[in-house]
Amino acid sequence: MDGVGLIYVGIGLVVIGVGLGIGRIGGQAMDAIARQPEASGKIQSAMLIAAGLIEGVGLFAIALGGFIK
Amino acid sequence: MHSKYIISFIICLLMFTAVFAEKHTDNEATEGKEFQPVDMIMSHITDSNEWHLWTTTDEEGHEHHVSIPLPIIIWDGEFKAFLSSKIAHGHTHRGYTMVDGVLTATDGTDKATIVDLFSGLEGKYVDLSITKNTTAMFISILLLLLIFITMAKSYKKNKLKPRGIAAFLEPIVVFIREEVAIPNIGENKTDKYLPYLLTVFFFIWFNNLLGLLPTFPGGANVTGNIAVTLVLALCTMVIVNLNGNKHYWKEIFTPDVPILMYPIMIPVEIIGIFTKPFALMIRLFANITAGHIIVLSLIGMIFIFKSAFVSVGAIPMTLFVLLLELLVAALQAYIFTVLSALFIGLAVKEHH
Repeated sequence: MDGVGLIYVGIGLVVIGVGLGIGRIGGQAMDAIARQPEASGKIQSAMLIAAGLIEGVGLFAIALGGFIK
Repeated sequence: MHSKYIISFIICLLMFTAVFAEKHTDNEATEGKEFQPVDMIMSHITDSNEWHLWTTTDEEGHEHHVSIPLPIIIWDGEFKAFLSSKIAHGHTHRGYTMVDGVLTATDGTDKATIVDLFSGLEGKYVDLSITKNTTAMFISILLLLLIFITMAKSYKKNKLKPRGIAAFLEPIVVFIREEVAIPNIGENKTDKYLPYLLTVFFFIWFNNLLGLLPTFPGGANVTGNIAVTLVLALCTMVIVNLNGNKHYWKEIFTPDVPILMYPIMIPVEIIGIFTKPFALMIRLFANITAGHIIVLSLIGMIFIFKSAFVSVGAIPMTLFVLLLELLVAALQAYIFTVLSALFIGLAVKEHH
């Protein structure tokens, strides 16, 4: 049995982690906006930056998975 | 007044299409040829040496391809330049032909890559062709120059109140300055890096939007090409590392951790210099390419199932995804700019 299939399992695990992370960021941002609606602009841009950084990890995994055959 | 220039620019582009588009006929009958969704999608999202417009099939089953030929420039010991229409559809010219729209040497020699610059160019050919993506970039550069020179000139006339295209774009420029650059880089250093941030933002945004157009003058997947995003990310990396202050380099080589941790932390920090731009590159490339693939797959569903009824579901879904892509086009340009500003800010901000 070669380990190539495991790479895709690994990518799946990474994507699950990224999904959980971005979901948490989104949820917490919602909470924060509900608490302080007047700061929604700042919260949104901070949320997008954090989500962008985490999304990078998931795309890393997917892109690397595409290279490893 | 200035909208006249923009309209005439678009008309010029359309005339360019009408004059240069050439028709070619495949001699093989295509009767019973299976629809290949992967081939269709890949030919849309990858670069090519001709700008394919449309294909028609006549009663005898011959395919007629209408495409704009683009210049091919090759250096393989001697300098060769000709239009791609000479090598379209199986024709061979000076040792080269085109396979699925991509230049190939008939004797099987490889295209030189950047690595071959160091290991020698023997037996390889250097491809400097003006490809579809390059043409699309020229078009967007022309469009950007036209819009922003018009905008800059209009401030000479109306000093206080922006008019026309300036009134539309001024809020965006102000937004990038006040919400993106100043909070990340700091008030007194913003103006040094603002031109770069604005250029990157508008270049990515315009190319994303042009990429969403179905055909000429858009339709090329410029920001979904890893070479383009690589250069953009490399620009950010060079700016960050050339302008990094003492504090930035101190964080990398003498981080604030116990000495025993140095063998772990210093390599991690050095790798961090490269992973930041790498993430920028992959993020933009993957997001834009994924968007194109989703749209093409949904349209492709109709042809996979060979039924017009599928379009009842596929067309509204495509419309939805395209509208989402309009958001993603702006969002990815924004995220690239914000993260560039953040990395520049981390490198140049004064710490007290």
